Amino acid sequence: MSNATKTLALAASVATALAGLTTAAHAQAQEKCFGVSLAGENDCAAGPGTTCAGTSTVDYQGNAWTLVPAGTCAEIELPDGRMGMTLEAVEAAGFEGLNRDLPEGTDTSVLMPVDGA
Amino acid sequence: MFDATRPGLPARPGVGYKSRHFQALMTDPGPVGWIEIHAENCMGDGGRPLAQLQALSARFPVSVHGVGLSIGGEAPLDRDHLARLRRLCDRITPASFSEHLAWSTHDSRFLNDLLPLPYTVATLARVADHIAEVQDVLGRRMLLENPSSYLAFRESTLTETDFLAEIVARTGCGLLLDVNNVFVSATNLATSPQDYIAAFPVEHVAEIHLGGHDEDRDDDGAPLLIDSHGREVADPVWALLDITLARTGPKPLLIEWDTDVPDWPVLRAEAGRAARALDRLHAGG
Amino acid sequence: MRSPSSSGQKYSLSAQPQPSLRQPEFVAALLAPETAVPPGLTGPDGSPAGKRFDIYRNNVAVSLTEALETGFPVLRKLVGEAFFAALAGVFLRRHLPSSPILARYGQEMPAFLAEFPPVAHLPYLPDVARLELALRAAYHAGDASPLDPAALGALAPEALDRALLIFSPAVQLVRSIHPVHAIWAANSDPAAPRPRPGAQAALVTRPGFDPLADPLGPNDGELVAGLMEGKPLGLAAEAGGDLARVLSLLLSRNAITELCT
Repeated sequence: MSNATKTLALAASVATALAGLTTAAHAQAQEKCFGVSLAGENDCAAGPGTTCAGTSTVDYQGNAWTLVPAGTCAEIELPDGRMGMTLEAVEAAGFEGLNRDLPEGTDTSVLMPVDGA
Repeated sequence: MFDATRPGLPARPGVGYKSRHFQALMTDPGPVGWIEIHAENCMGDGGRPLAQLQALSARFPVSVHGVGLSIGGEAPLDRDHLARLRRLCDRITPASFSEHLAWSTHDSRFLNDLLPLPYTVATLARVADHIAEVQDVLGRRMLLENPSSYLAFRESTLTETDFLAEIVARTGCGLLLDVNNVFVSATNLATSPQDYIAAFPVEHVAEIHLGGHDEDRDDDGAPLLIDSHGREVADPVWALLDITLARTGPKPLLIEWDTDVPDWPVLRAEAGRAARALDRLHAGG
Repeated sequence: MRSPSSSGQKYSLSAQPQPSLRQPEFVAALLAPETAVPPGLTGPDGSPAGKRFDIYRNNVAVSLTEALETGFPVLRKLVGEAFFAALAGVFLRRHLPSSPILARYGQEMPAFLAEFPPVAHLPYLPDVARLELALRAAYHAGDASPLDPAALGALAPEALDRALLIFSPAVQLVRSIHPVHAIWAANSDPAAPRPRPGAQAALVTRPGFDPLADPLGPNDGELVAGLMEGKPLGLAAEAGGDLARVLSLLLSRNAITELCT
C-alpha cells in the first residue's frame, strides 16, 4: 500500500468510526453495568468469632484438594459438541499455542478468533 | 498546638458510611447529622467512591476514621500511607480524624485486623511517638479509640484508661470512646464496664462509637463477645451509653454497622435511638 | 484480678516483670493455626488465652478471604465457593496485602493461579483473574474528560497518520490465548452466550462510574495494544485489525482523552 493510499484508508476508517458513533452505541455505552464489585472495603469490625476459617488451613497436597474444581462454569462449547475447557479438552480440539509461557506480543492471530473479529 | 477554631463534629447521631446508603443519606437522612468514612475506602484515584464522598462532604460534616495506620505497631509508621491520609484530609477537610489503639501491619504486610498490644511504658512511648507523628503530618489533632479486647497481656503494667490518659497528656490528642468496645472488653476480661467509664479521662472525649456485637463462649464456657458490628446495639450498651453521657455531656454519637449491613430504615432507626439518648440527657439537665 | 479504676496500681499490675511478646511472634502464630498460642496472653484471672487468640486468627483469615471473594466473583463462580475459600486460605498466607487499602488486594492472584497445582487443568483462570483485577482498577481509576470525537474528524489525513491517542487512566487491555471475555461474560451476565474456544482480548473501560469489558478479536487486540503503547495511528493500524471498529468502540467508551498531533 502506498503512503497516500494508506493515509486515505486511515481517514476512511476514522470517518466510518465517527459515523457509527451517531447510532445507538454511544448512547447505550453508559447504561450497561455488570455490577462490578467494590472489592474489599476496609472496616473495623471483627469476623464471626472463632469459626474454623482462621484455625485450619488446607494442605493442597492433602485429601481436601481432591475435590478440585471442575471448572464447569466455563462450559465452553467445543467444535465437536462437547463441553469443557480443561487443558486436555482444548488441546484435543486442535488448538495450538496453549503455552502458559507465551511471551507478551506473540502473534496470536493463528488462533481461532472469537466472535468473528 | 493545633487550630482550635476548626469546627468539630456536631453532638448529634452519625452513621458509618456504606455506599449502598448513598441515595438514602442524601434524600432521607432522618436524625443523622454527620457521617464517618473509613479512610482506606477513599484512597483510589477517582470514580464513584470519591464522587460520592465529594457530594456527601458538601452536605454533612465528615469524620475520617482510619483503620490501617497501625499506630500500635513496633515498626515505624508507613510514610506513604500517612501521605495518603494527608491528601484525603486536604481534599475534604474533615471535621475529625481518628484511629485505633491497635496494630495491623507487620513487616510491610497488612493483616486487616485491629490487633492488641500490651500496656507498658515501652508501648506507651511508641504509641505516643506515632500519634505525635500523625498529628504533625496531618497538621491537626487526632482522636484515639479504645479497642475491643478478647485477651490480656501478662506483661501489661498499666490499665487501659491510665494508658489512654497518659497518651493524651503526652500528645494532646483527643479520645474516641467506643462504648460497645468497653462493654465487650469488660465482659471478656471479667471487669466492670461502669468502673472503666468512671476511670476514663472523659474530658478528652470528642466522639462516641456504638455498634452491635455477637456472643460466643471461651474454652471454659465463659461469655466471649465479638465486636462484629453486624446487628443492633445491645441494650446493656445503650444503658452504658447513658452512664457515659452523664459524665461526658452531649457528644457526637456514631452508629457502626459493618457486616450484614441492613437497609437504610434499620440504620436510621438506630440513629434515632442515639438521638433519644441525647434528648434524655438534655431533658435530665 | 485487676481493676480498671485502680489508678493507685498504675505501674504495678504485674507482680514482677514479664517477658514481652514481640509482634513477629504474634503474627507467626496468627497465620499458623497448628501452632500454640503465644505465651503471655491470658483470659480473665490469668488463664491461658486459648480460644480467645483464635478470634484474631479468624479475623485475619475471614476478612481477607471475604475481600478476595468480593474482588474475584467470577473466579469464585468458576471454581466453586468451597474451593475458592480453601484457595483463599493458601493465597492469603502466601500473599498478605502489601498496603492497608483492601481495594488493591489480590494483585498476585494471576501468578498464583498459574503456579497452583490444583488448578493446573484450568489454564484460563489466571487471565480471568487479570480481567477481574482490571475491572476493579478501572472502578477506582482517576477521572478524565473524554475527547470530543469531532477533534479526530477535524484532522487532515497526514496528521491522522502521525496522531497519538492518549487513553483514560481506566482503560486496560487484557489479552489472552483463551476466550477470556466470553468466559467472564457467561459468568456475569446470564444472557451472555456460551464461550467458544479461541484467543480473545478484553478491553476494560469506564465510560461513567461503572467499568465495562468489551470483547476484542486477537487482531483488534493487537491494534489497541499498539495504540496504548503510544504508537501513532498509522503505525498501529499496520498490525491489522479493524481500525474503524476499534476507534468506534474506544470513542463510545470514553476511552480516549486526548489527541496528540
